[in-house]
Amino acid sequence: MYARVIERIMDGAIAGVLWGFRIGVVLLVVVGSALTIGSGRHSAETWLALVVSGVVVGSIYALIALGYTMVYGILRLINFAHGEIFMAGTFGGYFVATLLAGIGFLNLNPLTSIISVVVMLAGAMVVSVTLALLVERIAYRPLRNAPRLVPLISAIGASFFLQYMFRGFFGPGIYAYPTVSILDAQVPLGLEGFRMKWIDVLVIVSALVMMAGLFFFTQRTRAGTAIRAVSEDKATAALMGIDVNRAIVMTFAIGAAMAGAAGVLYGLIFRQVYFFTGFVPGIKAFTAAVLGGIGNIPGAMLGGIFLGQVEGVGPTLFLSGLGVPSPNQLRDVIAFTMLVLVLIFRPSGILGERVAHRA
Amino acid sequence: MMQDASVGFAEVPWRAVIRVGLIGAAVAIFLCLVGIVPVFHARPLIKDVISLGQTAIVLALLWTGLMAARTSEVRGRLTVLPGALAGSIAGAGLTALVILGELINVRAAFLNASPALYEILTFGNGLAGSWIAIVIGAVLGAAGSVGAKLPIASRRPLTTFVLTLLLAGLFAGILRTAMLSTPLAGLGRLLFAPLGLTIVGAIVTVVLFVGGGELLFYTRVRDRVKAMAPAQQRLVTWPLLAMAAIAVLVLPQALGPFVAQVVALVALYVLMGLGLNITLGLAGLLDLGFVAFFAVGAYTVGLLTSTAEFGLADWPFWAAIPFAVLFAMVFGAILGLPILGIRGDYLAIATLGFGEIIRILAGSDVLKPWLGGPRGILNIPKPIDVEPTHFLAGPAQIYYIAIACAVLIAFVAWRLRGSRIGRAWLSIREDEDVAEALGVNLVQTKILAYVLGAGFAGLGGGIFSSLVGSIFSSSIQLFVSINVVAIVVVGGMGSIPGAVLGAIFLIGVPELFREFSEYRFLFYGAALILMMLYRPEGLMPTRFAAREVHLESSELGADTVVAAPTESS
Repeated sequence: MYARVIERIMDGAIAGVLWGFRIGVVLLVVVGSALTIGSGRHSAETWLALVVSGVVVGSIYALIALGYTMVYGILRLINFAHGEIFMAGTFGGYFVATLLAGIGFLNLNPLTSIISVVVMLAGAMVVSVTLALLVERIAYRPLRNAPRLVPLISAIGASFFLQYMFRGFFGPGIYAYPTVSILDAQVPLGLEGFRMKWIDVLVIVSALVMMAGLFFFTQRTRAGTAIRAVSEDKATAALMGIDVNRAIVMTFAIGAAMAGAAGVLYGLIFRQVYFFTGFVPGIKAFTAAVLGGIGNIPGAMLGGIFLGQVEGVGPTLFLSGLGVPSPNQLRDVIAFTMLVLVLIFRPSGILGERVAHRA
Repeated sequence: MMQDASVGFAEVPWRAVIRVGLIGAAVAIFLCLVGIVPVFHARPLIKDVISLGQTAIVLALLWTGLMAARTSEVRGRLTVLPGALAGSIAGAGLTALVILGELINVRAAFLNASPALYEILTFGNGLAGSWIAIVIGAVLGAAGSVGAKLPIASRRPLTTFVLTLLLAGLFAGILRTAMLSTPLAGLGRLLFAPLGLTIVGAIVTVVLFVGGGELLFYTRVRDRVKAMAPAQQRLVTWPLLAMAAIAVLVLPQALGPFVAQVVALVALYVLMGLGLNITLGLAGLLDLGFVAFFAVGAYTVGLLTSTAEFGLADWPFWAAIPFAVLFAMVFGAILGLPILGIRGDYLAIATLGFGEIIRILAGSDVLKPWLGGPRGILNIPKPIDVEPTHFLAGPAQIYYIAIACAVLIAFVAWRLRGSRIGRAWLSIREDEDVAEALGVNLVQTKILAYVLGAGFAGLGGGIFSSLVGSIFSSSIQLFVSINVVAIVVVGGMGSIPGAVLGAIFLIGVPELFREFSEYRFLFYGAALILMMLYRPEGLMPTRFAAREVHLESSELGADTVVAAPTESS
């Protein structure tokens, strides 16, 4: 009898806390935004710049998120080491770029710069894919039929191993990315107050191209169909003559290639790389994947852009009006809060099917 | 005989052997480039004979030979040749590295490809000595393959031999310091160099340990004890337990202040490991945000007791610590309530997010007026401070407090496991849906485990802040969470001795070898992966967990694949 009463009270408390969460967040967002806009402290130009940078960063998140989403779709595994695969790509691009800068090819003329960027992207993809396949072979494949926590912990181990492997290889220092001068020039848009660099264009366009390519690949080609079949149902796919192993390996390779490319783009924007570079973008990209609906490829793109906006515009919009000192310090807090909120209230994400509450 | 051998020769899968050799080469080159070889070369295992860095390569080459022997098992014959071949291929990898390093500037990318590394690999002979690695590889590969063929009875003492030598070599310096202040000083100098064993020490250790171990094994002491009547068994086990207890109690006194600090930290992590053991080990909730509650506890104690700028109350430690636990539990409830409906692996990410949120907030300008931001809270007093004598000052008291708390937590965990709630946790860990169907209230049962874990994390944080005497936002790191999870996983989920063993290996050993602390997380990562691959139940699993894991991966494993359709449709 008492147990029942206590249970009722607990249920009430849980509902209360959840509603408190909702109301608190909504209040914070509404009041904060109203105060910030009312104060008129920030010009339209600032807002536009924030939006642009949000789209750019969001595109990078989206590219990384694809790897999470595809691997989760096929193995139901959160590939914790994916952020490090991304970091490996950043390093790969760095060394290619230094090599090209060393022989004076990188900034010789616009054409060589473009070729250099393409070579950097290719080099980074090769590094990332190699590493991802090694990780899959060593740390994940033997555990495919183990209880769910087992591969997850193995993935956490792989993430740490890769981070400190890179630290061992290249030291704890921060490497400054070589500059590609044409990418830093402004795009002559002729719009008042709206500025964009070529690098921003490069990021957005390459993200779009890769997403479109991936979408075409998964929807229209045989190999893509095989991947979709395996992620739908491994056993039946195997019965239909699909090589399940090959499909899984291909999924890892594609995800890693995207992450490698994202690594170069990230390096070109933020101009630095070190062994811990992958951690935060990795978690945020996972957030983006969850936001868009995990397992859903267009969802990853949408989630990435959305997250980029929230953390680009969010700190200024929600917090500066409330008088929070240096709101940009709290950018990651906003991103992680987003993650938790999505997990609580809509684990299926914007476009996804409902999966998160299932055992 | 000859004929047999030639038949065997043709049957050896040479391709596979070459593959093993190439993998061995990759491992050896990896060890060099990641820095383990050159950095650990600074530390001798046996003085003037072999360094730890060289040991790493030796072990890699032996392993190559062993694996080659295993892959080329042809009716139990002819494994030395494949072993030697694989070993020499692995050695050739090192030779190639040396030559490559001579031709191009590998160091531009890989920091460790330094002249010092090449000197180790060629024994100071430069390019001319690069072939030495191939010969050594062949010899060690052959030795490794012989090792694979040895009968069990002689293989076991060999493993003991290698392990003993490694451990004695690692701990030589500490043992020496401990012995120098006692009448055993002369013996200490004879056996141990400041770093590593002396040659005499190596021989003595090996004879003592391997000989003694074999003696115990052959006289079957263990079996005899087991065969005794329970009353007699107690006569043997109780004195042993008492001796262990005394050893635990005098440990920090005997080994000097530096080691005392380390054992205090180990004890602290034992405590937190036991706390997470309830959340992760019993209820199966992977909490990667342990550091959040650690932070709550640490800052609570800091704020309530500090006599410096941000201190609020100047309370003594003992008055503050219950509040640390309480606040951590309240935090655990507030954070846990909304997220505990989430499924397992999502929960890990959500808690990770919480940990990061708390870390960033603690260091941000927002909370700076209260928590001091990166400057932190200083002057946190020690729990026991007897004015005139300063009895038990320093880390030793933290050690005792942590040990006492750990014993308490172990007791609580042990009693809880058999209780109604404990069985509810176990059932949730097994299968949430079935547990719910059987009338277990999922969220409430989970929240209890989560809140308890949070409380123990708060306790750990509170003790930590008074051990260090200050708390900064930079102490609130994701690593704390990862450390604790690694302890529980490596030790064995739900296992109490496992948590102790895990903390000793994962916290104590790296702390003692500060010069290698950069490699700590490399080893962590490798340990987590290897553990999951070969021993997912942990080093010292509970009997229950061991049985369960093996069941799931062997028999139920096939079922989960078949069951997948219903899961994903």
